[in-house]
Amino acid sequence: MTTTEPVVSVRNLHKRYGSFTALDGVSFDIHRGETFALLGPNGAGKSTTIEILEGYRDRTSGEASVLGVDPGTGGLAWKARLGIVLQSTGESGNVTVREQLTHFAGFYPNPRDVDEVIAAVGLQDKQKTLIRKLSGGQRRRVDVALGIIGRPELLFLDEPTTGFDPEARRQFWQLIDSLKQDGTTILLTTHYLDEAAQLGDRAGVIAGGRLIDIGAIDEIGGAEARVPIVRWKQDGERKSVRTSEPGLVVAKIVAQLGEPEALEIIRPSLEDIYLQLVADHAAAEAADLMENAS
Amino acid sequence: MTTTTIPTLPAGRTIKLGLSRIRYEVKTYFRQGDAVFFSFLFPLVMLTIFSVAFSEQSFGSEAAPLSAAAFYLPGMLAAGLLLSGLQNLSIDIAGEKGDGTLKRFAGTPLPVLSYFIGKIGQVFATGILQAAMLLFVAGVVFQVELPSEPAKWATFAWVFLLGVSTSAILGIALSGLPRTGKSATAVIIPIALVLQFISGVYLGFSLLPEWLQNVASVFPLKWMAQGMRAVFLPEDFASLEQGGTWDLPGVLVVTAIWLVVGLAATRMTFRWIRKDS
Repeated sequence: MTTTEPVVSVRNLHKRYGSFTALDGVSFDIHRGETFALLGPNGAGKSTTIEILEGYRDRTSGEASVLGVDPGTGGLAWKARLGIVLQSTGESGNVTVREQLTHFAGFYPNPRDVDEVIAAVGLQDKQKTLIRKLSGGQRRRVDVALGIIGRPELLFLDEPTTGFDPEARRQFWQLIDSLKQDGTTILLTTHYLDEAAQLGDRAGVIAGGRLIDIGAIDEIGGAEARVPIVRWKQDGERKSVRTSEPGLVVAKIVAQLGEPEALEIIRPSLEDIYLQLVADHAAAEAADLMENAS
Repeated sequence: MTTTTIPTLPAGRTIKLGLSRIRYEVKTYFRQGDAVFFSFLFPLVMLTIFSVAFSEQSFGSEAAPLSAAAFYLPGMLAAGLLLSGLQNLSIDIAGEKGDGTLKRFAGTPLPVLSYFIGKIGQVFATGILQAAMLLFVAGVVFQVELPSEPAKWATFAWVFLLGVSTSAILGIALSGLPRTGKSATAVIIPIALVLQFISGVYLGFSLLPEWLQNVASVFPLKWMAQGMRAVFLPEDFASLEQGGTWDLPGVLVVTAIWLVVGLAATRMTFRWIRKDS
């Protein structure tokens, strides 16, 4: 196995449902050991992409390779190397957490230890409880546990922390960190941009079935989008300046006005940058439509 | 190395996982109250109701009277085969399709065959237990005289095994019929109920008009019930059957044909999930 070969490679991926184009030429690579966050609004094509890579959907055209295998034809030996946490699950859950994990561990050639996994998802106190009696967030943790029980090389996490309380989300982040340290490659979709910023090495933003930007988490959107903003109040009026030298700007304001009212220096978060990207894309689409119509 | 090598999975894991699935299936089966009542205990409940309701009536000739329990026992054994296999599995699997269980399996290295082994093993385990309970209650509580000839029990064994296999396979094949897991009960139970009424389970088969007997003869339940009557009813009852004999070769052939039909339908239609394209 060459180390340079990407774990996931997608080229010009298209997916059409009848006349609706869900994916319109998406291309990206995910490298070994990397956590890649796929971001985008609802209906943008995130789940379609991830489900094609998991082998759940057929692609209309384009190329896809997951662990060196075409996901459309991947067999059991291929599936043994994947971990999949689906977006939603609603099984009847007539087994206990421990029974379910022990049972699923048996599917894999080299599973993780059941006790370790139960501890990693923080369900030690619930391990003898029937899954159907767990809360939504606890059931989600069982989903995550089932996704990692087989010691996957590649883990798909489709909105994994929906329904988690803040503490559970922090615990989950720690778990993902430890998986990353084990060398697990992760493809994550999430609506929580702080989560993507925390966990992701790189991100791709998908909108309208197209990848509108891709890059390292701290570079996506370009340098322009990351220019800090200095805000303050002057004579009861809000003022703001975008500057790459916020310290100097603040020093000048202080020299002029003394201590300014309501002073802030804001660095755009991943969320701000993401929202700007999606808004710009929507505006460009609308402009295109207008042009075509006229 | 320049090529990606995919490690092969150990041989024999399909059977090993199938056995693991049987344990899991049986355990979860008895944790669902509704399935246990409508599939597992139902024939026993019906046998008890008929035996008590018609306790004053005789179903045999004056020379050889036959109690209601003895008369209904074969039908209830056949109904048990249908309920434990076809009804139970089709509803169960349709539910697992609907609630995402199968989608989850689709993303794991669990072989489809292991899943089927688990389902069929569960039907065998619950079917055998159900038949044992019916025979026990009939023999001990309702004083039905059970056959003593080994040949009769040999007939029982093959009718039971063929019947339970066919019923289980047809259950898997029919699981694709309901469009959602929630509608499964509404789609499957009427089919099972109609079959039971026209196949001599609740109503004596000889009481039905000939055309309805002919319709029922197309389906396997009539033949399973007939096979069970051949084991448990006195010889002179054979004259009431269509053609005046127990027709065990007919039982074998028709049930086996349905087994093959079920296998073919399963092979062609069963998918973990419906892939759109």
